[in-house]
Amino acid sequence: MTFSADLGLAYPELILAIGAMALLLAGAFAPKAGRLVAWGGVLVLAAAAFQAATGPLGRGFAGGVIADDASAFAQVAIFVASAIAIPLGQPWFARRGVHSFEFSVLIVLAALGMGMMVAAGDLISLYVGVELHSLALYVLAAMHRDNAKASEAGLKYFVLGALSSGLLLYGASLVYGFAGSTLFTDIAAAVHNGAHTGVLFGLVFLICGLAFKVSAAPFHMWTPDVYEGAPTPVVAFFAAAPKLAAMVLFARLLAQGFGGAIVQWQQVLVALGLISVGVGAFAGLAQKNLKRLWAYSSIANVGYAIIGLSAGSAEGVQSMLTFMVLYMIDVTGFFACLAALSRKGRAMESFDDMAGLFKEQPGIALAMTAFSLSALGLPPFSGFWAKVFVFKAALNAGLPVAATLGLVGSVVAAFYYLRLIKVMWFDASEGATDKPPIEARAIAVGLALFSFPVVLGALIWIYPAAGRAARAFGLA
Amino acid sequence: MPILSLITYAPLVGVAGILALRLFGKADDPRTVEASKWIALVTTLATLALSVLLVVQFNPNDNGFQFVEEAPWFAGLNYRMGVDGISVLFVLLTAFLMPICIAASWKAIEKRVLEYMIAFLILETLVIGVFCALDIVLFYIFFEFGLVPMFLIIGIWGGQRRVYAAFKFFLYTLLGSVLMLAAILAMIGISHTSSIPELMVYHFSPAVQTWLWLAFFASFAVKMPMWPVHTWLPDAHVEAPTAGSVILAGILLKLGGYGFMRFSLPMFPAASQFFTPLIFALSVIAIVYTSLVAFRQVDFKKLIAYSSVAHMGFVTMGIFSGNAVGEQGAIFQMLSHGVISGALFLCVGVVYDRMHTREIAFYGGLVNRMPWYAATFMLFTMGNVGLPGTSGFVGEILTMTGTYGVSTWTVIVAATGVIFSAVYALTLYRRVVFGTITNTRLAGIADLDWREVAIFAPLIAATLVLGVQPGLVMNMTQASVDHLVSAYQAAIGG
Repeated sequence: MTFSADLGLAYPELILAIGAMALLLAGAFAPKAGRLVAWGGVLVLAAAAFQAATGPLGRGFAGGVIADDASAFAQVAIFVASAIAIPLGQPWFARRGVHSFEFSVLIVLAALGMGMMVAAGDLISLYVGVELHSLALYVLAAMHRDNAKASEAGLKYFVLGALSSGLLLYGASLVYGFAGSTLFTDIAAAVHNGAHTGVLFGLVFLICGLAFKVSAAPFHMWTPDVYEGAPTPVVAFFAAAPKLAAMVLFARLLAQGFGGAIVQWQQVLVALGLISVGVGAFAGLAQKNLKRLWAYSSIANVGYAIIGLSAGSAEGVQSMLTFMVLYMIDVTGFFACLAALSRKGRAMESFDDMAGLFKEQPGIALAMTAFSLSALGLPPFSGFWAKVFVFKAALNAGLPVAATLGLVGSVVAAFYYLRLIKVMWFDASEGATDKPPIEARAIAVGLALFSFPVVLGALIWIYPAAGRAARAFGLA
Repeated sequence: MPILSLITYAPLVGVAGILALRLFGKADDPRTVEASKWIALVTTLATLALSVLLVVQFNPNDNGFQFVEEAPWFAGLNYRMGVDGISVLFVLLTAFLMPICIAASWKAIEKRVLEYMIAFLILETLVIGVFCALDIVLFYIFFEFGLVPMFLIIGIWGGQRRVYAAFKFFLYTLLGSVLMLAAILAMIGISHTSSIPELMVYHFSPAVQTWLWLAFFASFAVKMPMWPVHTWLPDAHVEAPTAGSVILAGILLKLGGYGFMRFSLPMFPAASQFFTPLIFALSVIAIVYTSLVAFRQVDFKKLIAYSSVAHMGFVTMGIFSGNAVGEQGAIFQMLSHGVISGALFLCVGVVYDRMHTREIAFYGGLVNRMPWYAATFMLFTMGNVGLPGTSGFVGEILTMTGTYGVSTWTVIVAATGVIFSAVYALTLYRRVVFGTITNTRLAGIADLDWREVAIFAPLIAATLVLGVQPGLVMNMTQASVDHLVSAYQAAIGG
């Protein structure tokens, strides 16, 4: 393959990289032009998403970059989610006196890293992608730097994230040492007839590192603290797209690199998934802060996605991809609701703050109800379909116990989602709320409409697209 | 004309109307509130008219599904609706009780009236959808989402311990349903179809049947409710507003029995036969035990709630008798109980609206002040006891006749339940209605007004007509029940 053909495969990433540099320069010369940079960021992301959807497919850079249906599917979803995060976050920071244009640039850079992750064909580009998006996220978490909690969140995220990167790197080096190559295809050839113990050792470290990134229990400790401390629109961003990116990377690594060792990793994944569902469900019961609550909810939801992945079949990956896309809509929408709400200038983040919200803000209360019911997995909301596909895949792959335990876990978690609905609908109001900013409100209501009823039509398109993406991994 | 979809979604037109009211008017403006009630009433009456049209057009000699609608959806699922003799009358029952519920809430609901009407209309859509759905996932969607409006109805407009009751209702039912969801997904995985008619003729291996049956049982037993998972029901009933109790007892409980007949019996015949003794045991425990529990209640509504559990015991017994008489009786008992228990909860509502207490000891001697009420309450008490001439009698006698040949002892024990029901129902009646008024606060209590008479009139008519002319129902259900029973008997080799 020629170099220019290689470049053609990486156009989405190149658009983002060059766009980010250009926006950075523009911001450096016109520091007050935060809004302009933000719109520029949205434009760059839209262009990259378009290129990812329509661009050529193939392998380039000696197998280091893969452009296939899976990377295209994930990139479109990631870039669109990132593009939504910019109009949600930039005005939020501006209202709090942080006029820096860097927010938008960092989002674009994070999107670039995630785009590389889902297109990674070897352990090197895997690691570069992971690090690039992580570094952008660490800074985003601490962006509200006058706020002690945000700084703490950023630091915690950085230290634990660095630890997980270390695990990833260590695992990658072990795999390289024993398999003799960093390319997924070569690793697959090496583990084809049973994996060497050293390779498996490396695989376990890789799984641990990625479990950190998707915050699957027992590697979830950072999540509640970081979600609670980080600025709400930033959480709306990093609770969504990076999880999808890491899950796609997870799937690609396991399917294309370690497909021959499925017997070994399937059990690990089932355990990870079920522990996450359990931790997310039970620990969530004790939470008073909604951002922490949704952190535990995200742990449980990642658990479901991992159960889907553990099926190890094309249907499993298809269900996992559908799950993650639908989950992204829920979680972004929920944090958009939180970003929209304040009372006398103070953010509303606890259960008590939400008392009687239906009376004050019926639109946002309805949206939050929709997201809660969706996360609970109640039909016909998007979260229901997400769970249906995952459990169907798990059952078809011969994992009935995992599927049933996962479903029972969702009943435990139902309690806290219902509690939120109860507080908003049954309790007396705590007093008038501030007028919600138009952009957060629009995003929240729009995404709520997606979770129902738009999803019933959209799945006709999303589910087969996820199927094509799953088959790109070469699974049966 | 897709009449089933029309009936199912007709209430949503009312929802749209009320939402438009909310957008263009003030929510607490008395004119808006009044208009929302009328919209809800007219919508539910229109739905009733459509349902009557459906029943008239229904061909009772056809034992398959009629008015079938089909459209492809995603992931191999289909939007598929249709009714047979088993489900068509439940559609009518739902449409029949809904306008009554709206009328019963006319004055009793004072806060958030618009939302209340919306919740009821959505609930009507969902319940009718459950009875019409012929795709198993579509069924689950309607079945499960019905929890939300009911959760809100109990939680927002309920009594003192409404939050506790709403959570208990929701979580209990949800736990049962998710197990059913797992079974549904497994069934689709094994048979590669989600169509209910196709699943009804698919042969699952006996080992698989056992697990699937148990998962469906978990859901339907909670919904029925069967002893010992009935404990959510008294709480939910006591705390729900009157119309909420009517819907709960009149329709939502029937989803369990309908589910047993639609899924458990035809799809898992071997497992159904295997578990029949368990069902019989739980049924007679429900009949005897909850009748005794009902006798000791001090709360008016709780007593009737427990009596519902007892009556549902006859239904489960009849369904698993596996013969046409038992099935007919079970369907009849469900329809009749829908009318009578609904009416009894309305009877509680009448005095509760006036006195705001459900304590039985508070009342006494009502006949002196409320003769019309006493007469109405008497009729439904008799229906509840199962007096010949009322619809309550037909269901009980048929379920017991049907079961007698299968398990004589079950029927002998269950028959004592009939006596117990007379004991608690008549005692209740005596304590509330007879005697002289000793409580001075009752001295000024007023008899039924024209609105309440209008609410009770159709219920009285239904109780008596079904009591003396049960053939009206039997003719409709005969063909489908025969089809169900012959398939079941063939499958178990009987």
